[in-house]
Amino acid sequence: MSLENESRRRFMKGALTSIPAVTLGSGVSLTAPADEPPEQLSDYQPAFFDADEWAFLLAACDRLIPSDGDGPGALETNVPIFIDRQMEGSFGHAADWYMKGPFPDDVSPLMGYQSPMLPREVYRAGIAATRDYCVREYGEEFTALESTVQDEVLEKLEQQEITFENVSALHFFAFLLQNTKEGYFADPIHGGNKHMAAWQFIGFPGARGAYLEWVDQHNTKYPLGPVSLTGERG
Amino acid sequence: MAKTNPPVDVVLVGLGWTNSIMGMELTDAGLNVLALERGDDRDTVPDFAYPKMADELTYGVRYKLMQRPAKSTLTIRHGVGDMAVPYRSLGSFLPGDGVGGAGVHWNGHTWRPQPQELRLRSYIEENWGADIIPDDMTIQDYGVSYDELEPFFDYFEKVAGISGKAGNLNGEIQEGGNPFEGWRSSEYPMPPLARTYNDALFADMARDQGLHPFPLPAANASEAYTNPYGMQLGPCNFCGFCERYGCLNYSKSSPQTCILGALKRRNNFAYRANSEVLRVELDSDGKRATGVTYIDADGNEVFQPADLVILGAYSLHNVHLMLLSGIGTPYDPESGEGVVGKNYAYQMNGGSTLFFKDKEFNPFIGAGANGEIVNDFGVEQIDFGQEGFIGGSYINAAMTNGQPIRNMPLPAGAPAWGRGWKQAVQASYGHTMTIGSHGSNMAYRDCYLDLDPNYTDDHGRPLMRMTFDWKPNDVRMTQFMKQKIDTLSKALGPDDYRLSFKDFDSRYDVRPYQTTHNVGGAIMGTDPSTSALNRYLQSWDVHNVFVMGASAFPQNLQYNPTGLVGALAYWSAKAIREQYLPNPGPLVQA
Ligand SMILES: Cc1cc2nc3c(=O)[nH]c(=O)nc-3n(C[C@H](O)[C@H](O)[C@H](O)COP(=O)(O)OP(=O)(O)OC[C@H]3O[C@@H](n4cnc5c(N)ncnc54)[C@H](O)[C@@H]3O)c2cc1C
Ligand code: SF4
Repeated sequence: MSLENESRRRFMKGALTSIPAVTLGSGVSLTAPADEPPEQLSDYQPAFFDADEWAFLLAACDRLIPSDGDGPGALETNVPIFIDRQMEGSFGHAADWYMKGPFPDDVSPLMGYQSPMLPREVYRAGIAATRDYCVREYGEEFTALESTVQDEVLEKLEQQEITFENVSALHFFAFLLQNTKEGYFADPIHGGNKHMAAWQFIGFPGARGAYLEWVDQHNTKYPLGPVSLTGERG
Repeated sequence: MAKTNPPVDVVLVGLGWTNSIMGMELTDAGLNVLALERGDDRDTVPDFAYPKMADELTYGVRYKLMQRPAKSTLTIRHGVGDMAVPYRSLGSFLPGDGVGGAGVHWNGHTWRPQPQELRLRSYIEENWGADIIPDDMTIQDYGVSYDELEPFFDYFEKVAGISGKAGNLNGEIQEGGNPFEGWRSSEYPMPPLARTYNDALFADMARDQGLHPFPLPAANASEAYTNPYGMQLGPCNFCGFCERYGCLNYSKSSPQTCILGALKRRNNFAYRANSEVLRVELDSDGKRATGVTYIDADGNEVFQPADLVILGAYSLHNVHLMLLSGIGTPYDPESGEGVVGKNYAYQMNGGSTLFFKDKEFNPFIGAGANGEIVNDFGVEQIDFGQEGFIGGSYINAAMTNGQPIRNMPLPAGAPAWGRGWKQAVQASYGHTMTIGSHGSNMAYRDCYLDLDPNYTDDHGRPLMRMTFDWKPNDVRMTQFMKQKIDTLSKALGPDDYRLSFKDFDSRYDVRPYQTTHNVGGAIMGTDPSTSALNRYLQSWDVHNVFVMGASAFPQNLQYNPTGLVGALAYWSAKAIREQYLPNPGPLVQA
């Protein structure tokens, strides 16, 4: 046999035999220093969104997961930074999705996403259309509206009480809400969930991944704070 | 002009669970075996190493280990009159990709069918008469019996290293196991996993209700274990990143942890990753396969000659390859004739989410297959004539994969965003458990697979088209389970609970994840006019093509498929070794 993965296989075999199975992954040894401190939202230069779009995104995220009440909000946790990065990555480009036509109209929503627009295009068009709507309807930009009115606009998007010409309000709102929650709860390595504040809030220990001695400690709250993929501890 | 490789005895298409088994068996028989796997090469180290697996966004939400629809997908429609549209982004099911296949990122719930599930039509006819079978229900017998398969279930469980408690040892009912299971010749290779809080609550309550709870059979090792191939598993540490992730701990049974390490050491075995098979080539009369054509890692089209072709590309891809290659007659739902694509079926599930203000479940502490089950409403326990449906379910309380993006159930009426959402998240996370039903799905005349007329892949091949919807029989089954689960939920005394079950107006929804238990389309049986494969998984039409996987199921079981899929692979391998190799040709005369 002289196949292309021969040398890799030999390498892998070596790697396997040198690591005793039981020590791997058990007991988190996160001694590595944490990565760079997270960015400041106020200093961040978005790669995808322009200044007006960015202002909209911040205002909208602030309503979807506000800061008041218990637990951090989307802005303290850098959710907009997460979304900006997603727009530039494979999610924004629908790189993993089948995006060939035809794209028939009137497909049942049960059949999933059926639009030719990339998520980043939906954001761009959705933000522009929502801003226009606010100026038309209320005489002001979304960012200048009272928070109760902002909530009303978001609700109308969610309930499909607003429709736009060139983008589905439903898709726009669905992506925005999904990505906001992802940014809140994903590992900080992706740009949001700054200092794992969302994990601390709900009691999720993040990347610890080793709990054998805890399985039969029934009805007892797990006491340790979270760790992140880069070794930050909360 | 395609390049031609030197011939091999056997080419394996795909390198997941089934073809890892085939690789072992056919190299044992002294054959020269080559596996072609379309996806990346993967192994525990470096691909699943800690900490990178503990990344919910990348693996749990963006499906990094799964098939990318951009490269491979199908189209879906509800009925024969509809235009099918592509399954553009993953949702309802998540086919695997890469060495190990879906066996890398499954949960490891490992079941045997109940014996009568393998002869469902005969069982019904004997007990209630054929009249209770609805006209459009095309269920069949498998053509192989539980007793014949028992040694192969047993061996697969030893290879995979299953943790569980037997309920029926050689006909003797065992305390603490499933009293409704078929007989087993030996105890599980490992004892059950340690029990989580939800398991204990459910087990106590179920016993009080007169039911028979037992631990879910798990392909997650409960202790250190060495399998018959000398492969070693270490005890699962309940890492909480199991389904959709590779195991960082050598604890989840997978082709990698249980077979491939041993297989790769054999010098009559070789594999090539990033090698996608486009079609099986047939000789001029279409009765023998000459090999397969694939695209190699550099993008070249290559012909690989082989004496034996084993499709182990996952159920859906097996059927697609058969349709593209002209192996067997495509099924026609109008006439009911033809066999390839016939009887596609899925899984009918439902569940209840229970909220307890004052209980701590720590949902991130969970093995892939930790859970407590009752099988008192299984296929064999239900009087189909009396209840008015055919089928059954197991009921499970499982605590697994409690990651916050994808596992954040909230009570009915909780807001989806805003301050109220935050409050609901705080109140619910960690204080929730579930009771689910995992049920059978029958086969129907108009639920099937064929080639799509409108959409193609990057190679210009037509996508496969799935026509599927829920049917009243199966909705009646799940509504029956709803009543049972409602009672069990109340009995646990939660502050609140929420039921979610299909109803008579439910249509198949491709968006939420349900299961990757797509079955049928290349079904096994005893008659070439009603099945694509004979009882040894051999194509009736092209005798040197054998087709592994759940595509062989004539209708779906109440259980997760892989226990039967693994056993059938060993059963088929034995027939190839003992009957086919000495005398190549059809193993069953049509
Ligand atoms: C998220 C998830 C959870 C699951 N949980 C459970 C569970 O708890 N219990 C259970 O019983 N089952 C479970 N399953 C199902 C289980 O994984 C499958 O039953 C099992 O892996 C099937 O084995 P297979 O060999 O048929 O296919 P796979 O293991 O999927 O392997 C098929 C391989 O073929 C390759 N392939 C496909 N097409 C081609 C081609 N044209 N050329 C070359 N290679 C190709 C694929 O890339 C893949 O690697 C789960 C599946 C998923 C996705
Ligand atoms: S839960 Fe157990 S078996 Fe599953 S990935 Fe984690 S350590 Fe492995």
